[in-house]
Amino acid sequence: MIANIGLAALWFAAGLALLQFLAGAQGLTAKGGVLAALVRPVAIMQGALIGLSFIVLVVLFWITDLSVLLVAKNSHSAKPLIYKLAGTWGNHEGSMLLWATVMGLAGAFVAWIERRLPERTVLATLAAQAFVSLGFYAFLLFASNPFTRLDPVPAEGMGLNPLLQDPGLAFHPPTLYIGYVGLSVAFSFAVGALLTREVGPAFARAMRPWVLASWIFLTIGITAGSYWAYYELGWGGWWFWDPVENASLMPWLAATALLHSVSVLAARDALRTWTIMLGVVAFSMSMLGTFLVRSGILTSVHAFAVDPTRGAFILVLLALYIGGALCLFAIRANTINEGKQFTVASREGALVFNNVMLSGILGIVLIGTLYPLLAETMGDKVSVGPPYFNSVGAVFTIPMLIVLAVGPMLRWRRDSFTRIRPVMVLPALVAFGAAVICAVAGVALLPLLGVALGMGLAFASLLPLHGRKLRTVKLPVWGMVIAHFGIAVALFGMASDAAFTKERLVAAKPGDTVAVGPWQVTFQTIAPVAGPNWTAMEATLQARHSGGSAKELHPQARTFWAPVQETNESALATRWNGQLYAVLGDQGEDGRWQLRLWWKPFVTLIWYGGLLIALGGFLAMLGRLASDLRRVVAKDKIAYRRMRQGR
Amino acid sequence: MIRLLLATLALTVATPVLADGTMPPAPYAYRQLDNPAQEAAAKELMETLRCLQCQGQSIADSDAPIAGDMRHQVRERIAAGEDPEAIRAWLIERYGDYVSYAPQVTAKTWPLFAAPLVFLLLAGLLVRRRLTGKDAA
Repeated sequence: MIANIGLAALWFAAGLALLQFLAGAQGLTAKGGVLAALVRPVAIMQGALIGLSFIVLVVLFWITDLSVLLVAKNSHSAKPLIYKLAGTWGNHEGSMLLWATVMGLAGAFVAWIERRLPERTVLATLAAQAFVSLGFYAFLLFASNPFTRLDPVPAEGMGLNPLLQDPGLAFHPPTLYIGYVGLSVAFSFAVGALLTREVGPAFARAMRPWVLASWIFLTIGITAGSYWAYYELGWGGWWFWDPVENASLMPWLAATALLHSVSVLAARDALRTWTIMLGVVAFSMSMLGTFLVRSGILTSVHAFAVDPTRGAFILVLLALYIGGALCLFAIRANTINEGKQFTVASREGALVFNNVMLSGILGIVLIGTLYPLLAETMGDKVSVGPPYFNSVGAVFTIPMLIVLAVGPMLRWRRDSFTRIRPVMVLPALVAFGAAVICAVAGVALLPLLGVALGMGLAFASLLPLHGRKLRTVKLPVWGMVIAHFGIAVALFGMASDAAFTKERLVAAKPGDTVAVGPWQVTFQTIAPVAGPNWTAMEATLQARHSGGSAKELHPQARTFWAPVQETNESALATRWNGQLYAVLGDQGEDGRWQLRLWWKPFVTLIWYGGLLIALGGFLAMLGRLASDLRRVVAKDKIAYRRMRQGR
Repeated sequence: MIRLLLATLALTVATPVLADGTMPPAPYAYRQLDNPAQEAAAKELMETLRCLQCQGQSIADSDAPIAGDMRHQVRERIAAGEDPEAIRAWLIERYGDYVSYAPQVTAKTWPLFAAPLVFLLLAGLLVRRRLTGKDAA
């Protein structure tokens, strides 16, 4: 019964999206339509209805209503409550409904709050937003209905993939989706501005919070996903250049470029077309990411060809939106001028250089991800993996990191490199010293460069604070400094993991002691344990770091029974300077157990760095919103005074 | 001709059949080589070989039986003094290009290597065009 409410809400929301699009389009006609006044209230209603529809689905999962096909296929009554709820978006239909929901809520928010832009631009933006939403509503209603009923009702559900039953992964997809959808709002703004030709600082200031917010969410999503892969997959790897990972990295790269470009547009009224272009690219990448993950094309190109309904649907949407936006861009781009000019040695110059480098990296990831799929359709199977991405990506990443160190020290519009040379000496020396030490220690080239650039950049990123009273430094500057510092921290962690990790694989019996790096690990006991939907063998390990106090670790080899699957739950001992990573494997014929142990110096910096990057974005966002608010208040004050003076 | 046949035969006998789930895991699947330099070389190679049974994992990151067998192969051959790239070539011959995460430059894969060059060229042009613009108001 409740399921029908959800489906009805979904249909109504779709109808309102159509109305929002038509009313917006009519409002944009030369005469200015009578329906224009409808657009904002309709957008808010649409957001409320799709929100209701999503809540209904969450409730269905909560009460495990097995008369709903989606619940029966993806849930189980014995599952812990948090994973029942997380199961709502842990599947295809639910995640698409989540996408449409976030998009509807974002549109409602724009309709409610956005008063700074010319009304026509807001109309165009909301119309574009509704047009994109319509595609997703059609997809939900015709190709992936989450509310399909099941008759007869089964006695029990099929359960959720055990790998997904993890707190990290419960919140990973929604985080990424909010990021993706934020880029769709940025895209709608770009289309709106293209339609009305109002590309300038005011537009950039309206678009920036959405770009910033989605960038923060993407950063957190990618960081969390990487940490999940690290501790859940049981081999200590944290990034695999897997297409699913690349699907989230590509929008992030585009959003990073867009974020910097939109800041230049807001501050200097330069890079107008470039910003619009990046807005289109960033959204295209989030659509492409959705297509890659949701169409099933990654599991097998052939599986996709056998049942292409869903994949083809998204592919058509992808072509429609991106093609349409690019056409609009091609028609309108020449009517927008580039904006203010600047020289090579200027803040803008550095930002443009890094924007181009980011686009280069994006291009590499894009071709490396899509080429194997393309080759497979032509009957050739090839793999593109770490050796390709790391080395080819480095060609663009290394110059980018160097410019990243220098750029924030340059002034806007016109500056000279000789002016900033004295302050750059220290970071350069630090980087050089680190490189020499690594070279002596026999570290391979890429990790060596990573350590050196990471340390140099860590110093350089703090330089914008040099010689300033820290209390007077504005929030967005803090944000920039912390985010750039975070890049350095993460880079150092990645390079340190690659260069200094110690691995030990052994077959051991209780009582054995194994050395890995500075650790002595004693295998004490092993015993069976049981959880709500699994049983496991759990080892007790006692680990001592170079004679220090002992830590207990409990790695498990779990067997889930709904559905049946085996996983290795790793156990971690964290110190300030790294992590000990322990995994329990199978028992051999001689009765000994396989133990996998790693000592990973500074590996945690990878994710701390990611969090610092997100924190930097958050501070910048706070600062921008605060100054927006001040501007609104000041405007109101002026209006109030004028009113009192009777003007 | 006979020599060639014999050599092929010897090779077949010397290399145990891969990926037989019923056999106990090969000794080097979960054991490291004693020589740290050799183990490092083996590890580096294993990280660039795809586990054919898994989705997007290298044989260095997988519990699948075939990954274990391939790790054993790699470690044994490295211990015997073989060159890592020779081992990669041998595996590619057996399993096709798919097994190597490091794409080889072939008639099929050249766009992968041409693309970065094109991107570099484009990037150079873009930066040049954007930055040599006159300092007009």
